[in-house]
Amino acid sequence: MSAEVPCKLKASDYKSDTKPVWCPGCGDFHVLLSLSKAVAQLGLRPENIAVISGIGCSSRIPAYMNCYGFHGVHGRALPLATGLKVARPDLTVICAGGDGDGFSIGGNHLLHACRRNINFTYVVMDNEVYGMTKGQPSPTTAPDWDSKIAPGGTGISPFYPLVIALASGANFVARAFSGDPNGTTQILVEAIKHPGFSFVQILSPCVTFRPGQKEWKKQVHPSPVTPTSDASQAARRVMTDDGFNIGILYKGSREPYQQCVGQEIGFDCDIDEEFLL
Amino acid sequence: MSDQAGNRKSISIALVGKGGTGVLTAGEMLLTAAAHCGRYGMMVPAVGPQIRGGESAALLRLGESPVNCLDDSFDVLLAIDWRHADRFRADIPLDSNSLVITDPSTGAVPDSIAADGARMRELEMQALADTVTSGRPNMVALGYAARLAGIPESALLQATEKKLGRKGRDAVDASNACMRLGYGRAASGNVANAAAAADMTNSRWLITGNHAAGLGALRGGVRFAAAYPITPATEILEWLAPRLNDAGGTLVQAEDELASINMAIGASYGGIPSLTATSGPGLSLMIEGLGLAVGAEIPLVVINVMRGGPSTGIPTKPEQSDLNAAVYGLHGDAPHIVVAANSITDCVFTTQWAVHLAEATQAPVIVLSDQLMGQANAVVDPIPAINFLATRKLADSVSENFERYALTADGISPMPLPGTPGGQYTADGLEHTATAKPSGLTDDHVAQLDKRARKINGFDYGRHWADIDGDGELAVLTWGSTTSTVIEAIGRLPVDLARRIKLISLRLLLPAQPQKMADALRGVERVMVIEQNHSGQLYRFLRAWYDLPVEVETMCRPGPSVFRPGQVVTALRDWSHR
Repeated sequence: MSAEVPCKLKASDYKSDTKPVWCPGCGDFHVLLSLSKAVAQLGLRPENIAVISGIGCSSRIPAYMNCYGFHGVHGRALPLATGLKVARPDLTVICAGGDGDGFSIGGNHLLHACRRNINFTYVVMDNEVYGMTKGQPSPTTAPDWDSKIAPGGTGISPFYPLVIALASGANFVARAFSGDPNGTTQILVEAIKHPGFSFVQILSPCVTFRPGQKEWKKQVHPSPVTPTSDASQAARRVMTDDGFNIGILYKGSREPYQQCVGQEIGFDCDIDEEFLL
Repeated sequence: MSDQAGNRKSISIALVGKGGTGVLTAGEMLLTAAAHCGRYGMMVPAVGPQIRGGESAALLRLGESPVNCLDDSFDVLLAIDWRHADRFRADIPLDSNSLVITDPSTGAVPDSIAADGARMRELEMQALADTVTSGRPNMVALGYAARLAGIPESALLQATEKKLGRKGRDAVDASNACMRLGYGRAASGNVANAAAAADMTNSRWLITGNHAAGLGALRGGVRFAAAYPITPATEILEWLAPRLNDAGGTLVQAEDELASINMAIGASYGGIPSLTATSGPGLSLMIEGLGLAVGAEIPLVVINVMRGGPSTGIPTKPEQSDLNAAVYGLHGDAPHIVVAANSITDCVFTTQWAVHLAEATQAPVIVLSDQLMGQANAVVDPIPAINFLATRKLADSVSENFERYALTADGISPMPLPGTPGGQYTADGLEHTATAKPSGLTDDHVAQLDKRARKINGFDYGRHWADIDGDGELAVLTWGSTTSTVIEAIGRLPVDLARRIKLISLRLLLPAQPQKMADALRGVERVMVIEQNHSGQLYRFLRAWYDLPVEVETMCRPGPSVFRPGQVVTALRDWSHR
């Protein structure tokens, strides 16, 4: 492998022959493209990348890439990715999914993935709705959004995933918009390159159940400030912005998780000896 | 002191006291000292749910041949105090031959203890300890109990040195002074010849079932573990953590059991033999992950150290009541493997075998152990290494049109590890085609269900599916820690009755082995099923999977009180006369 002359990789080199189940116009198509462009730009070979997901529309993304992938159970993408990255630090691990998978059923794992700060990137395609089950409110849905399961709205305030990520110790926090594939690509490149746990929320419209999100492209705007390395400042900004600030919001320098792997020693006889009286 | 098979003698001693009095420390030292003078033995710690300050008891049995279960009653009960005596009453059966040692300064012997008619003797443990600077009554008790057990002082000194040496000279000296005070006040039992015993004991091991399971996992090749702390499985994790590091692996403490099993699946997908360990409540949380490992065909070992259930149940006590969950808990048709260790030492073999089976079949294997085996400490002969290692069929080089889930004859398909060029596939809990594409078609579903069943059902499990002993027309079927008790009970029967009994202890619970069982039951007229749970889970499992003789008797009883060999003797006698 090393003897080969490295040829330039293109986004299309990461495309699988599986046809996406996504609706026409779904924001996730652009995320797929942006992610493919980002890994191509980084020159990462498909066999050295693992895309890990849970359940939901966006969680179908591993099968649409020609990388190693794991489409696991609902809410457990982060633990799957954690186990794989700790066992195989040589791989580039990208965990991906939606707001229901990552913030609701898998919410606890987000806290601990941020806290552990293992060197991989978590991409959440946030459309503020459960699409695969046909339109129920998620933790990022506005309180007055009407749906069959919550007529008139849930009455519950949405939460701020980026603030939670900051408070929990994520080392890189960004917000992207799927309708801006070039900007998203650059954010993903930076996220993958940054050591430790990188969290990227990508606003990715659901044209089927949230047609109003088509307006997002008019609402998004580049973050007016440069990324900070001060988590509390970043959190304050995210708490007070309009939710459409796009860009890298925080770049920390916390030391990534170090597994205490020693040199393999001839442990068998040593271990037997410890039981000797 | 009961007379067992071959006139093997043993002595059973219970040390009790409120938490913090150090009865478990004294018990461990007594066990170690016994080992140093050539004895075998085991110690079962009995504690309440309190973290500190509850009741605790060290239940010991020491003998000249290997000791694998507790006896019917205790020869000696030594109480540093009588706090919460009622809570451990059932764990410490006494009879008129028992000797109860009580410290008069802690009040009268409780009526419930006195009612058994045991002989009483007073020993002022606290007052004696107070005569020594930093002296503690548990060490007085240790000296007294050791002398009753016939353990020479030299062996005790070795044990105090080993246990307390790192606390410094003063601690050892204070303990030894107290120990000698106790030793001097006891009547001597048959003192073992320490010098003569030294040679053979040098090679013996002191090990718990939980540590044994960890050893089996390491020997088998496990290099990644992720787990969430839970009683009574935590010692497996604490033992594995530093040793995995030494072996080039790692252990991650997960945020919950949902995370543990999925971390282990992720690591195993990456090619590293992986494990998680838990107990009933954790197993329940892991069931969805187990199904994922079945569907995506990921090797995985889950050790489940059973405790009283359902729900939080009785966390610090044993029960064999997770068989149904392990066998039937998964949704969908989900072929997997369930094995059960049947002694403390067998925890090494069965866990190592489980690693081998998981890797060979690319499927999850549940290892059932229980609190009794897991947390008991035993002096045993060295546990030899075996040849079962993690060997996964890998796809090292991949050709065009590679099929990750190829429909092979044995159902096992070569697995490419991430990093293998051209082998890229998406492992999936969704039903899929041979090329790992999601599919909801009947043909693909049936083909993959067949394949996954074929690799589990067609695998050659060899002779390890059960331990079989004897050749009589009466078969006793059992499993897990109950096996040791049944073995001792059969050994106590009159020879002509023992000769009529065949013991079958199942190590492989799933998949069932109907042909092997039919061979084992040839010539058997009646069957008795013995297990430690309320509903007869093994009995019902056997009824579903095996052709049994018409006459089947069951002896099932829930925890936390374990079967005593004498109770099994009575049951076997009654049954044989019918």
